Amino acid sequence: MSSGEKMEAKSKKAGASRLCFLCNLRRPVLKRPKTLQQICRECFYEVFEEEIHQVIVQNRLFKSGERVAIGASGGKDSTVLAYVLSELNRRHNYGLDLFLLSIDEGITGYRDDSLETVKRNEVQYGLPLQIVSYKDLYGWTMDDIVKMIGLKNNCTFCGVFRRQALDRGATLLKVDKLVTGHNADDIAETVLLNILRGDIARLSRCTSITTGEDGPIPRCKPFKYTYEKEIVMYAYFKKLDYFSTECIYSPNAYRGFAREFIKDLERIRPRAILDIIKSGEDFRIATTTKMPEQGTCERCGYISSQKWCKACVLLEGLNRGLPKMGIGRPRGVNGDHKMEIKKPGSVAKSIESKQCGSLDF
Amino acid sequence: MACNSSGCESGCYDREKDNGSKIVDDAVSGGGNHESVCVKCKCNAPMTFGDGGFDDGRFCADCFRNNVFGKFRLAVTSHAMITPSDNVLVAFSGGSSSRVSLQFVHELQIKALKNYEASRDRSLPVFGVGVAFVDETAAFPALSPEMIDAIEWVRYTVSCLSPPAKDLHVVPVESIFGSDSLDARDRLLKLLDSVPDDTGKEDLLLHLKMLSLQKVAAENGYNRLVLGSCTSRIASHVLTATVKGRGYSLSADIQHVDARWKVPIVLPLRDCVRLEITRLCLLDGLKTVELACRSQCGINDLVSSFVALLQEENPSRECTIVRTAAKLTPFYFNKIPETDDSNVPMATQRRLKRFNLKYDGSMTTEAFCPICNGPLNRSDSSELDTFEEGQESDVLYAACCSSCRFQILPQDGSSLEQFSSFLPDHMISQVKHQKVDSQAYLREKIKDCLLLDDEEVV
Repeated sequence: MSSGEKMEAKSKKAGASRLCFLCNLRRPVLKRPKTLQQICRECFYEVFEEEIHQVIVQNRLFKSGERVAIGASGGKDSTVLAYVLSELNRRHNYGLDLFLLSIDEGITGYRDDSLETVKRNEVQYGLPLQIVSYKDLYGWTMDDIVKMIGLKNNCTFCGVFRRQALDRGATLLKVDKLVTGHNADDIAETVLLNILRGDIARLSRCTSITTGEDGPIPRCKPFKYTYEKEIVMYAYFKKLDYFSTECIYSPNAYRGFAREFIKDLERIRPRAILDIIKSGEDFRIATTTKMPEQGTCERCGYISSQKWCKACVLLEGLNRGLPKMGIGRPRGVNGDHKMEIKKPGSVAKSIESKQCGSLDF
Repeated sequence: MACNSSGCESGCYDREKDNGSKIVDDAVSGGGNHESVCVKCKCNAPMTFGDGGFDDGRFCADCFRNNVFGKFRLAVTSHAMITPSDNVLVAFSGGSSSRVSLQFVHELQIKALKNYEASRDRSLPVFGVGVAFVDETAAFPALSPEMIDAIEWVRYTVSCLSPPAKDLHVVPVESIFGSDSLDARDRLLKLLDSVPDDTGKEDLLLHLKMLSLQKVAAENGYNRLVLGSCTSRIASHVLTATVKGRGYSLSADIQHVDARWKVPIVLPLRDCVRLEITRLCLLDGLKTVELACRSQCGINDLVSSFVALLQEENPSRECTIVRTAAKLTPFYFNKIPETDDSNVPMATQRRLKRFNLKYDGSMTTEAFCPICNGPLNRSDSSELDTFEEGQESDVLYAACCSSCRFQILPQDGSSLEQFSSFLPDHMISQVKHQKVDSQAYLREKIKDCLLLDDEEVV
């Protein structure tokens, strides 16, 4: 808080307590975004960490002895996640073996910089790091892809490729579980996005704190109820080392609409972010909603509901100079009898209707 | 429930072919394409509204009107909204949607009258129609002159919709507190003032308006309440409900029929978008009035702006939102109760088409929030029993949904007490009713295994 704001705050609170709302001992230095309580630094660290610990415990996210990979991009969410998780692991004896797993999409001026941050995190937090690159896995970097297809649909490629890359990296590390830094804002945005785009199947899954239990690697999101603003605040006060630029290829993401709206909403009513998540959990969605049937990709063996997994479809398109392959609704792909894309209504919709944006989960 | 408005067919951002219709690539670029004939009947000249909306200049006036009226009529017949023996109350706010719903109901009535007079045996009576206008002056005293003019205009409008003549009921919103108008107005203002949150205040007033409509409908022998809610309004509601943590009860609010209430509510314009409705008003010279008290604040306003922004980016977004929400499982009360059929002649019953609502079919009784009447998610409603001996306000708190608890109920004990005392009796009795009901609900499930009568149970 600037001295001007402090003065204002003090005069506003004339007569009211000028001490931290929680401990009543120290001077408050911040207003908590989630609750607007005025608290001191120490109490903030405490509530922040304790709430995450409670989420982990109540949702039984981990078992003692598990090897856990932290999806680490070098950004604030994953840096704070790595820091807090190792701290809680120590403090509460979770008994976890933690690793950092980073994906190199090959974006010059963005990913190469953030990877430096992750390498520093490896040293700072003492967590072994594994890097998996698109170039090695697929033979294409995002730079190459964007050169070919431009800035529309590029997020679709990156999201699909990243999901597989994380799973492959997790396999290399021989971990039991993957954790990602998706926070409350992300999940609230995803709930809204799925409503806006008609994806009822995803809507029913997107608020789950753990996903993919029946797949290669289960993933969980300990930050499900943690506000993005609080993560930033934590990183700021703790002076954590992170990389804070937006991906240079993402200006057109549709998610931007939802994000702006949620920011405006948070200003009027901070708890609305959690309310959106609650609504998402409470929606009455029939469990008989068509879910994709799980099989394996004929080309690479990865989990897939179609003959070929989405990554292979997209790759085939790239390699053949047909970048639209796999984008949009299946209309009978030209001359590709191999593909035989079935049309189980919501499945095709849910995989292909995403223009760009988040991880597929 | 696909909104098959002409707007859905064209120019979606990601080429959604949601209802299997053709994608017409040109139509989205403002101003529409300029076909020389109506694309439907291929004979008349197409109408151009010049409002910058999509699909301008594609249909002739007749085809356009028939399309909108067709959707209205389909909704009415497939959900048995209005049958010959019904007495229907149309809620009229003066806005375009309720004006159109009033007009269409009137046209249905005329048709029914014509058939009645032409038929030999006169077996099918003509349904009755009344009109209700809620007078909110008590909540917005400064708007009194505007309201007086509006009421004058409403009276005139309704008198023109005759024959068949329709009763007009001007309902002061404070009438739910009783007949002493000074006392009632005072109580209304005190109640609204004790709500700390602006959005909560706005929503509470909406709930009170619904109560007043229900009151006038029940007292005057109506058995259906028609609301003019259109797709656009419902799209906003989907988002506001989501944002207020009301995801569980959302599916109850957005169906064609809502029979939670004493007088079931029907939404015959649910499949029409606001653009069509305003165009129709323009086309047919239907006058409307916009009251200042209808402007929104807080969250509701933010969501309206958000939806408007989304619409700019893609004109079919509202439809997609409603279509998504329509995939949520409705409740058992989201259809006209079967018992109502006893008054309907066999011949009519056979003619009714009823959609089979996909819901799990189990006739679970729900508990409802006394303030918003939303069905409560049993897993997160508090234990009412723990408040057996508690104060009325504690019981109220326990009985409400989490959204009303946050945005409507005052947070501290004494304010809550006061608030509780200002609530209309109907809402308070709902609280007590709910408590009794949960016992009854449990009993219903196990009664075939109970050996003792109720009085003998310790």
